Amino acid sequence: MSDVTTDTVQLPAAASGASAPRYADAVRYAAPWIAVAVAFAVLPMIFSSGSALTTLSLMGIMIVFALSYNMLLGETGLLSFGHAVYYGLGGFLAIHAMNTVIHDHLPLPLFLIPLVGAFSGLLFGIIFGSVSTRRAGVAFAMISLGLGELVASSSLILRGFFGGEEGVSTNRTKLLHVFGLNFGPQIQVYYLIAFWCLVCMIAMFAIRRTPFGRMCNAVRENAERAQFVGYNPQVVRFMAFALAGLFAGVAGALAAINFELVNSSMVGAEPSGLVLLAAFVGGIGNFIGPVIGAIIVTWLEVTLSDMTDIWQLYFGLLFIGVVMFAPSGIAGLLMMHVPLWRARAYRPLSRLVLTYLIALVPALATLAGLIAVIEMIYHRSVKASDGATISLFHVTLDTTSVVPWIAAIVLLIGGFLLFRRTWPVVGAAWHDAIMYAQGAGKKK
Amino acid sequence: MISRFTTAFCALAAFVVVALPAAAEDSVKIAYVDPLSGGGASIGEVGLKTFQYLADSVNANGGVVGHKLEIVAYDNKLNAQETLLQVQKAIDSGVRFITQGNGSAFAAAIEDFVTKYNERNPGKEVLFFNYAAVDPVLTNDKCSYWHFRWDANSDIKMAALTNYMKTRSNVKKVYLINQDYSFGQSVRKGAREMLGAKRPDVEIVGDEVHPLLKVTDFSPYIAKIKASGADSVITGNWGQDFALLLKAAADAGLQVDWYTYYAGGTGGPTAIKQANLADRVYQISEGLPNEPYAPAQEFEKAFRAKTGVSLFYPRAVNEIGMFVKAAKEANSVDPVKVAAKLDGMKFTVDNGGEGFMRTDDHQFFQPMYIANLGPLDKNQPFEEEGTGWGWKVTGKIDAQDTLLPTSCKMNRPS
Amino acid sequence: MLELVTISTLNGVLYGMLLFLMASGLTLIFSMMGVLNFAHASFYMLGAFFGFQISQFVGFWPAFFIAPVLVGGIGALVERYGLRRVHKHGPVAELLFTFGLAFVIVEIVQMIWGKGPADYRVPPSLNFSAFTAFSTNYPAYKMFELLTAIAIFAVLLMLLTRTRIGLIIQASLTHPHMVAMLGHNVPRIFMLVFGVGTGLAAVAGVIAGPALVTQSNMAGSLGPILFVVVVVGGLGSLFGAFLASLLIGLVQTFAVSVNLSIADVLQPLGVAAPSGGALFDIWNVTVAQIAPIIPYLLLVLILIFRPTGLMGTREQ
Repeated sequence: MSDVTTDTVQLPAAASGASAPRYADAVRYAAPWIAVAVAFAVLPMIFSSGSALTTLSLMGIMIVFALSYNMLLGETGLLSFGHAVYYGLGGFLAIHAMNTVIHDHLPLPLFLIPLVGAFSGLLFGIIFGSVSTRRAGVAFAMISLGLGELVASSSLILRGFFGGEEGVSTNRTKLLHVFGLNFGPQIQVYYLIAFWCLVCMIAMFAIRRTPFGRMCNAVRENAERAQFVGYNPQVVRFMAFALAGLFAGVAGALAAINFELVNSSMVGAEPSGLVLLAAFVGGIGNFIGPVIGAIIVTWLEVTLSDMTDIWQLYFGLLFIGVVMFAPSGIAGLLMMHVPLWRARAYRPLSRLVLTYLIALVPALATLAGLIAVIEMIYHRSVKASDGATISLFHVTLDTTSVVPWIAAIVLLIGGFLLFRRTWPVVGAAWHDAIMYAQGAGKKK
Repeated sequence: MISRFTTAFCALAAFVVVALPAAAEDSVKIAYVDPLSGGGASIGEVGLKTFQYLADSVNANGGVVGHKLEIVAYDNKLNAQETLLQVQKAIDSGVRFITQGNGSAFAAAIEDFVTKYNERNPGKEVLFFNYAAVDPVLTNDKCSYWHFRWDANSDIKMAALTNYMKTRSNVKKVYLINQDYSFGQSVRKGAREMLGAKRPDVEIVGDEVHPLLKVTDFSPYIAKIKASGADSVITGNWGQDFALLLKAAADAGLQVDWYTYYAGGTGGPTAIKQANLADRVYQISEGLPNEPYAPAQEFEKAFRAKTGVSLFYPRAVNEIGMFVKAAKEANSVDPVKVAAKLDGMKFTVDNGGEGFMRTDDHQFFQPMYIANLGPLDKNQPFEEEGTGWGWKVTGKIDAQDTLLPTSCKMNRPS
Repeated sequence: MLELVTISTLNGVLYGMLLFLMASGLTLIFSMMGVLNFAHASFYMLGAFFGFQISQFVGFWPAFFIAPVLVGGIGALVERYGLRRVHKHGPVAELLFTFGLAFVIVEIVQMIWGKGPADYRVPPSLNFSAFTAFSTNYPAYKMFELLTAIAIFAVLLMLLTRTRIGLIIQASLTHPHMVAMLGHNVPRIFMLVFGVGTGLAAVAGVIAGPALVTQSNMAGSLGPILFVVVVVGGLGSLFGAFLASLLIGLVQTFAVSVNLSIADVLQPLGVAAPSGGALFDIWNVTVAQIAPIIPYLLLVLILIFRPTGLMGTREQ
């Protein structure tokens, strides 16, 4: 699922040979998606505890949300700080729909509720998009911020719709039961989310490859030039915005089903910032980037706060780190290696991976030292009254004695210096691999 | 060293996906779900310290029916969905008792979740102990058999407050200012109703709501209070909304009596002292350190020595005390049996006096105190936040006089 | 009535001036470098905490001068080693960098000073009542805030229009390459501007700290309003920021005093109230309740109808 398009010119083939290449093509296109579907189906059997299922469900929701955000940022170049508005409004409309269905005994199964979210996202995407997409760039970002704040604040005024502080709650088991599924157990909810996640992923991937998707890319690169070609950038942006809203609404509906509770925090700055982080850390230039980012950020969100009180600091540092050193995100870093793989430069590639592993060791040491220093400073300055010792990575450290401090600083500085020493090694291996790949290419 | 770190990393990764076996078989855990990071952390940490102190003292006295009591902290990040996530994690790691208090919205989410969970998972019931979320709806329309509330809800507090104000002849014009959310709204509605019934001669000259935790400059509001000619202000404001309100009042030189719910919260006494409002700020609460009841005062002294903060939650003492008593009476830590014993239990509360957990709605009724903050005399040993001023009791209301009807229709297990 | 108007005007002007103190730095950075500094409110908070900490040792007045210089220095370093690196990845990356920086600064402040309020007091030399208007006392400290804000505005304006460095900065805004070719060190100018901008935010923090609560959530509560001020005032215009701060300060303060809702206006005219749903809420909400939201409404309207702001000169 890379960004590189291969232009294959299909000449009309003889009847006998036509079916074989098309069949192979179909398998090639479908195979990754089938693999994903199988993975979704099998994951809960590996990770079967209650909180693992909840985490997987959250990841599914976040994947849809982050991919929808990437339609704006990665595809069309629109940086939005208020995308959670469509996510949250999708959730609200979905939960009101669920309550109406329950109240009036309508024959609508829970399974189809994400469509309500889609409708809501599209509706509000069109309404707000018509004013937001008149401008691009920083002005657009500011409008999105302002709109986001407006909707978030008005959630406390329009109490009927937003349910005030407590939000709106529902009971997902009270909808029509189909095939004996009441969606009480989390595993059933997981499969519902996984299904819709797959559908949305396929849909967004497909949109990406349509001419419309390509025009979005064009508008992102050079709006003026796109105008010369004959497309109105504003219309393109508007359509992209509405579609992004649609999928964000689906994500919101899935969240409403998962938590059976929607409140005004879902339209606010927090989820907007989180989806931005997820998309960016994963990589906005690739389809798979937001997926990776969503998985990582969800995992961090769930587990990091158990390990440390200052998880927000680590989020911020992660964000800055990615912006400064890897602005193409994790997916971007991975995709850099694709040309090597395609050129079948396996041996240089494996040597490269080996150098990565060698460089990883001092990198981890530096990281451990940094974390230790930060945690100890935090403990000394804020929580000194809790006692002198903290437990880090299952190691007990006494913050009042000098030893852990020295050890941490040594790890930090020594690790960093060692890490720097490995850079030329990695660089040389990379250079070799590239040379090999280019040479192999030339041979062909 | 590297391998230790890599193993540690792997262990951490495994932590996520594999439910850890419950810690030592003989410990019963209570999950404390409240904000421990970000804006609400200062309040969340005080509660956590309180519960950990109580657990330590319970364990020093033999534990809960022989089991060790353990408090497990979960950070809800002031977010309802996050709260539910943390509760789910707690349940997965073997916790059967959840306690929470900061934020009625989150309490409502937990109550709803626990009710649904118990319905969908018979035999694995969990209980929800609410120690500070005061929205009346939690023991009225949204009540649940599995929820127990130890804090008098905001209507009960308003009833007690207005009973006190009834006796104060200098109250003639009252101004209401509250935060615009469910709690603030219930304060102002309660104040209008109850004051109107008990003192029809009192004029309510203003009824203001402002957005929650967003206002940085309260001087316009103070100007309005002054313009109205009020002599007393009723407010449910807490946190920075209270501190800034009082600061603006001090700046403008506003001289009125303040009847509050949460003036004693972190930063409150400091703001009152800075505003120089000796003996003019009243607070309704269920227990105060300067009340002459020796066991409470000893507890307060030991508590302050160990944790460095005042006991802001005497109700937590009642909660844990009643939990231990219920477990002893049931001779088990099974939630269903404990709940059956808590239902209707009578208890001698932290500050002396009798309280009881009403069976109709699982609301705990206890003696309430009105106190004001000011300079202390020598038999009042406890001051607040280094200001030198402390809370002095000016009125006490017995539990029986705080009763209010309820609309709760609970589904009791058969 | 007159009392309410006078007091609201005074309060509004004071609040607006406080906003201007903070927004002046942001406007400078935004206009000169095109970088929207999301972390600006965090520098404001840093200024307050530095001021608090330094004043614990040497008193309020030395802290008033030292803290902004320190914070400005940190800002310059951030520009040199952070923003400049990110600059080559485009404006989105710069925005995101400052976004992440805002987080990190807030967290570091919490780590060092905790999450509760810091006891930052008004200095005794200013702790008296300046005058009494209609039985409400006006603290001298607020007068001091007002005077400082006006002084800063005047100095900035003079600096930018009358001095050589100011003219160079203005030129770098629109023709950075030309200015570089003329031999001026444009990166150094940017570093200077960023440092001065953040220093100004810190001055706002040092002054506002005692008046408002000095706490780690200061940045979050004032951050969004700052952007509204800058955008409404117009990109590239200091005078616009001044006007916008005053406008927003006055509007918000006056709105709080107005207890009217649509119901109050239309019901006497005989229009029936809607029975329920969203319209019922809108029908009954008072202007006072929505007072803090009005700036965002203004922001969205301005961006739609006049995207260059009230007095902006720079089109994005």
